[in-house]
Amino acid sequence: MDVVNGRTLIAGAAVGPLLRLTHPISFWGGVDPVTGRIVDPRHPQFGASIGGTVLAVPSAVGSSSSSAIMLELLREGSAPAAILMGKPDAILALGVVVGRELGYATIPVVEVSPSDLASFRDGAVIEVDAEGRVFERVGPE
Amino acid sequence: MAMRIVVSAAELLGAPRMVEIVSAHIDGCLHHGDGGVEFAERLVAGGGRVAVPTTLNVGALDLLHPDKIRANEHKRDMARRQMDAYVAMGASPTFTCAPYQVGHEPGVGEQVAWGESNAIAFVNSVLGARTERYGDFLDACCALTARAPLYGLHRTENRRATVVVDARAVPAGLASRDVFYPVLGTWLGLAVGQEIAAIEGLPPGVTRDQMKAMGAAAASTGAVALFHVVGVTPEAPTLEAATGGIEADRRIVLTAADLEGALRRLSTAADSDRVDAVAVGSPHFSIAEFEELRRVLGDRRVGIPFYVCTARETFRELEQKGHATPLIEAGVDIVVDTCVVVTPILPARGGVLMTNSGKFAHYGPSNTGYEVLYGSLEDCVDSAIAGRAVRNEAVWTW
Repeated sequence: MDVVNGRTLIAGAAVGPLLRLTHPISFWGGVDPVTGRIVDPRHPQFGASIGGTVLAVPSAVGSSSSSAIMLELLREGSAPAAILMGKPDAILALGVVVGRELGYATIPVVEVSPSDLASFRDGAVIEVDAEGRVFERVGPE
Repeated sequence: MAMRIVVSAAELLGAPRMVEIVSAHIDGCLHHGDGGVEFAERLVAGGGRVAVPTTLNVGALDLLHPDKIRANEHKRDMARRQMDAYVAMGASPTFTCAPYQVGHEPGVGEQVAWGESNAIAFVNSVLGARTERYGDFLDACCALTARAPLYGLHRTENRRATVVVDARAVPAGLASRDVFYPVLGTWLGLAVGQEIAAIEGLPPGVTRDQMKAMGAAAASTGAVALFHVVGVTPEAPTLEAATGGIEADRRIVLTAADLEGALRRLSTAADSDRVDAVAVGSPHFSIAEFEELRRVLGDRRVGIPFYVCTARETFRELEQKGHATPLIEAGVDIVVDTCVVVTPILPARGGVLMTNSGKFAHYGPSNTGYEVLYGSLEDCVDSAIAGRAVRNEAVWTW
């Protein structure tokens, strides 16, 4: 079982099915802040829900309002269970930092190299631990 | 709380220390949900005051013309509270995505913390001041603390172009037209993502409005925060200056097919001639763009809803010149403090929205439910008069 050591941007532990964004997305204009669904009709994963997933974000794109959408997702309980970022970004993780300040339930954000991100199987159940280790969970949850 | 958030940001970005900033532009007064109001009011309650000159981005309301927005009482109330909270912190109530058009222009090399993706691209690329891509909340925290993490585009070594775009084959006739720039920007964002490009071959007379339109489109399809235009932008007097004398990682020759693909992507309703409404002004219309609209419109009157989004200060200037009333009498709906893709202004029945803005074309479908059709300002005006799509395709002959 391969364990990937990521760099913890925001500490926490979580488990969920991997959802790998196949194309960069701007959360603002791309994700509904209440339901957590991808609402950009040009996005190949249009209609998918990011809520409860371990969301792999290879690279960021677009609006600086994405931190605000992240905050609302946390407030609404529609946020991903964890975010794995190919490249650290001042926009998305900030929404999680602010959510923590406001006392909302927080989620781990871990920087994982793009090649490590690519090593996970689509749909696999992924666990993130408090030390920033990321691995595929085998067997029943 | 503000300092704690700036420090957290610095840590997660791996910034070694802070840099002092001279201005901020806060993209946090737009209501996306009540969390944003809670955050802003928490700062006000803690006695938060901006420590540097600070401008505000669009909100979800047109405070001068409140009836233009369709929103329920709760949303209207929360949107208002969010805008008021930032004014209470001492920020200037500019409520525009283009603060650089209303007298807020940092100088070359100045360190700033700006939010709003088009403003970030403009302040870095066209003005040569230095900001990272700040998201909502961090921009406000930087404004309150006068500090930003010393990271990314704040540092000289991270501002050099790593991709060279050779646009020398673009016909001069096309490169002189406004309609070219949002398409170029759309392509650029898709082609370079987060990389910094130096574009060769654009005419030295490229206007600020053209650069603004290009940057806004590039920052919509990619995470473009800085681009150089050789011979035009302050950090790119020459290609060597733009690349820092280091060989670029890659070189892309812009082709007619590239542009055609980007042009196609900007319209989701190109196969019918239906147009139900027109919206321009993303980024917010400048005085020069209003003058161009007046020229194109002449003494004609539009027959379908036609929105122009702008800053209240630009609107005031337009009124002082006596140019607002004739436009309004010609059927033009001038929206201030906000715009049609961030809050419900367009008629609820939906349909096809025509625009000359790459940013509106990009965000229109997901944010408004409208299909979009991209065209020049002339196309938009002609279509609004005809009540159906009129597009001059000949300009794209290459």
